[in-house]
Amino acid sequence: MQIIDMNTTDLRALNTALQAGEAGSAWSVHNPAGRHALAVGLMEDMTVTIDGHAGYYAAGMNQKAQVTINGNAGQGVAENMMSGAVHVKGNASSSAGATAQGGLLVIEGDAGARCGISMKGVDIVVRGSVGHMSAFMGQSGNLVVCGDAGEALGDSLYETRIFVRGTVKGLGADCEEQPMTEQDRTILAGLLERAGVTDCTPADFRRYGSARTLYHFHVDNASAY
Amino acid sequence: MTDHNHDFTKTEPRFSATFDPFTISQIQRAAATGIYDIRGGGTKRKLPHFDDLLFLGASVSRYPLEGYRERCGTDVVLGTRFAKKPIHLKTPVTIAGMSFGALSAQAKEALGRGASAVGTSTTTGDGGMTPEERGHSSTLVYQYLPSRYGMNPDDLRRADAIEVVIGQGAKPGGGGMLLGQKISARVAKMRDLPEGIDQRSACRHPDWTGPDDLEIKIEELREITNWEKPIYVKVGASRPYYDISLAVKAGADVVVLDGMQGGTAATQEVFIEHVGLPILAAIRPAVQALQDLGLHRKVQLIVSGGIRTGADVAKALALGADAVAIGTAALIALGDQNPELAAEYAKLGSVPGAYDDWQDGRDPAGITTQDPALAARLDPIMGGRRIANYLSVLTMEAQTIARACGKSHVHNLEPEDLVALTLEAAAMTRLPLAGTDWYPGKAGF
Amino acid sequence: MCGIVGLFLKNPALQPELGLLTSRMLRTMTERGPDSAGFAVYNALAAGQRKMTVRGITPETQGPFEAGFLELVGGTGTLLQRHDHVVLTYAGVHEAALRAYVRDFGAGIAFAASGEGIELYKGVGLPEHVATRFGLEGMGGTHAIGHTRMATESAVTIAGAHPFSTGPDQCLVHNGSLSNHNTLRRQLVREGLSFETENDSEVAAGYLSWRLSRGEKLDEALKASIDDLDGFYTFVVGTRDGFAVLRDPVACKPAVLAETDDYVAFASEYRAFAELPGIANAQVFEPEPQRVYHWDHAA
Repeated sequence: MQIIDMNTTDLRALNTALQAGEAGSAWSVHNPAGRHALAVGLMEDMTVTIDGHAGYYAAGMNQKAQVTINGNAGQGVAENMMSGAVHVKGNASSSAGATAQGGLLVIEGDAGARCGISMKGVDIVVRGSVGHMSAFMGQSGNLVVCGDAGEALGDSLYETRIFVRGTVKGLGADCEEQPMTEQDRTILAGLLERAGVTDCTPADFRRYGSARTLYHFHVDNASAY
Repeated sequence: MTDHNHDFTKTEPRFSATFDPFTISQIQRAAATGIYDIRGGGTKRKLPHFDDLLFLGASVSRYPLEGYRERCGTDVVLGTRFAKKPIHLKTPVTIAGMSFGALSAQAKEALGRGASAVGTSTTTGDGGMTPEERGHSSTLVYQYLPSRYGMNPDDLRRADAIEVVIGQGAKPGGGGMLLGQKISARVAKMRDLPEGIDQRSACRHPDWTGPDDLEIKIEELREITNWEKPIYVKVGASRPYYDISLAVKAGADVVVLDGMQGGTAATQEVFIEHVGLPILAAIRPAVQALQDLGLHRKVQLIVSGGIRTGADVAKALALGADAVAIGTAALIALGDQNPELAAEYAKLGSVPGAYDDWQDGRDPAGITTQDPALAARLDPIMGGRRIANYLSVLTMEAQTIARACGKSHVHNLEPEDLVALTLEAAAMTRLPLAGTDWYPGKAGF
Repeated sequence: MCGIVGLFLKNPALQPELGLLTSRMLRTMTERGPDSAGFAVYNALAAGQRKMTVRGITPETQGPFEAGFLELVGGTGTLLQRHDHVVLTYAGVHEAALRAYVRDFGAGIAFAASGEGIELYKGVGLPEHVATRFGLEGMGGTHAIGHTRMATESAVTIAGAHPFSTGPDQCLVHNGSLSNHNTLRRQLVREGLSFETENDSEVAAGYLSWRLSRGEKLDEALKASIDDLDGFYTFVVGTRDGFAVLRDPVACKPAVLAETDDYVAFASEYRAFAELPGIANAQVFEPEPQRVYHWDHAA
């Protein structure tokens, strides 16, 4: 385990070290104090623990690395992640997992607005609740919410699957509740297991997806544009 | 001679200036379809433009340089503020961002080949970086757009510069569109979208808004790319003084200012024609912002929107730009609006010179299409040659003017080398009306 | 385009540390707003007593200004100088005369705020320097709001710095950009309000003061602003007894709240909370759009 103390190391040195880190290496980042752009652009299958709060874009564009944040994460945690996993032990601010294309993002607490905005293949599991406009323009991948969802869930959705256990304050344009298929149940069960969620089962969730009515510009959809 | 058939008891049919034939056709089209008109290209209305400016050549008080013999430099370095690896170009004329999706792979390749041949850069678009484009572009600027289609850190590191796109001149404040006809299997896969849908791109970035958050975003992009790549910030011309100031405060190495004449693959007609500033009106406030910050020529300014000739290039530089970007003009150089395609344009209800249905993917020139048969009409090698020719001409024309003004480098052109032909142009640029030392707003005519 | 912090103390034992905790939070928001900074600190006086913050005092004007002030309040008032600001304390009956005195004094002296609890300081420069200049660390009180500004469309001046105070004990700080503030400013001017700057945030402050002056409660005025103010905003509004938070319907400017038994804290980013006592066990959450959050000390 290699320790980097942000009280004595600057951001450039931290990211330079982590980006050059070898597969299988393990790192611990002390005193992150909410700094932005911590552990971004990692390329190897390594483990990084950020021991405290992180600012914007923690673990942004992650590839392969397993990053754990022992605290809250600011806006855009794991934005555009390609693969690997990011685990936030506290809350995540808005736009968590924005445009992420792969990997697994787990948020133990709540996520703010626009969780999974424009997501492109990532799997996101939120133990708590998500804010408004979550999965906005979600293209693919899965968003699992063990708590509640805010207003306009899945607005202008493409092909992302959304699973919510609690209440949904409102569905966005073109998002509808759909029957849970056997395939959905398998996917959901697998995600809950990968995220280490043992206190709920797929049967507790409802499934939401795109009604695909906005896929083509049409006069009858004018109010939704 | 008397025209015995003419009925002098009646006046000629008279068209309304307000409800002119085109306006009438717009109303009829709207009533028939119930959806706004979406088209490609840029604004078609007449606007104050570079044509309204003239250079004052050298004579007795200034001495010109000999064409062909005495050196007139055209090189430009972009990204000198923070980036470890600034971009060195041989000409200040670059190729603007245009997406694979909007354009065929062949067109993108041709742009890369042409730009590389003359030592300048080309730019990706909304839809990611194709291997063809990267492979054929010696200097490639990678756009970072709200949709983040195809965005990935490997391409980010493969790029020579990163352009954070906030807006474009054809539609400042609007997002992208790509209609179903152009979402082919390959485009759909690159963008992670269902094939054949009408795609809308977001108008704002998904994970930041405003200059305070942009500063943090730029820091992230630099951290991911080892502070090597110049970071451009591109805005559509609307409030250029504030927008350029804030982009610079947020940490941009280069700012890109796109006037409303800039083209688009597909946007609402009403947006194209009614939102934004013509580039002529936008340059002076942008340069003023850089000067007020003490960063003119240190943070480079690239302007675009309606650049057609070397004269336009020279005028943009004289007004304070460091480089220009071309889009529509490059497509025309590739073969768009070719008179030989008149019969095919006619089938699409258009004529050479007016074809603007870039959104519908049936471009007979094979440029703004994803139809394999149409796209195959464009030979990327020949197309690259045409682009290289055109870029060379723009460069030589700008040099010609610079030499005539006594400049050994095109960047030594300055506003005082210009006069305005019209009151509008004088007011917008604060250049004196030709033959006077006055512009509107300045006392003492 | 800015950073905001706010701290409302529930536990009176923390009151002497209010300024220290606020200054630490403010410093973390420097990158969000390096152009100017300001803060309001609330510490209510006994009934009948009022205080007024006045800025723009120079060594040359300090003497004459003080002499005129003491003459006006009949020797019962006090004057505390902090850098180029002074806080005047006086009996409430002198309020109107004193406002006129400050307004007419000239020489760059300007009214900043008045009320029973508010003191309001702002200056150009890095937040850390502004806080040090006024001695924020040593100030006590019940609640405080701070702001760091990255100027967007209006000038980098002290007048353009936040917070804006447009009514007794009221202040507002803002992060975002309003899109209809010019029209609203013209309407409010017709209602008799006056504005010092072209700043959109001052319009928001004036709008709330206008509604409060018509007898509305703070939460009612804030709810009304959802319909009348367009654009992107996060507001933190201070009153004599507490503060309120509101985000616009889109809510894309950052905002986060932390609550413990001892305090409620607001910030643009989590990092501002890092040095607060007991933050590890705080309830931390992001305010929902269009919902008024309000804390006050029951009067």
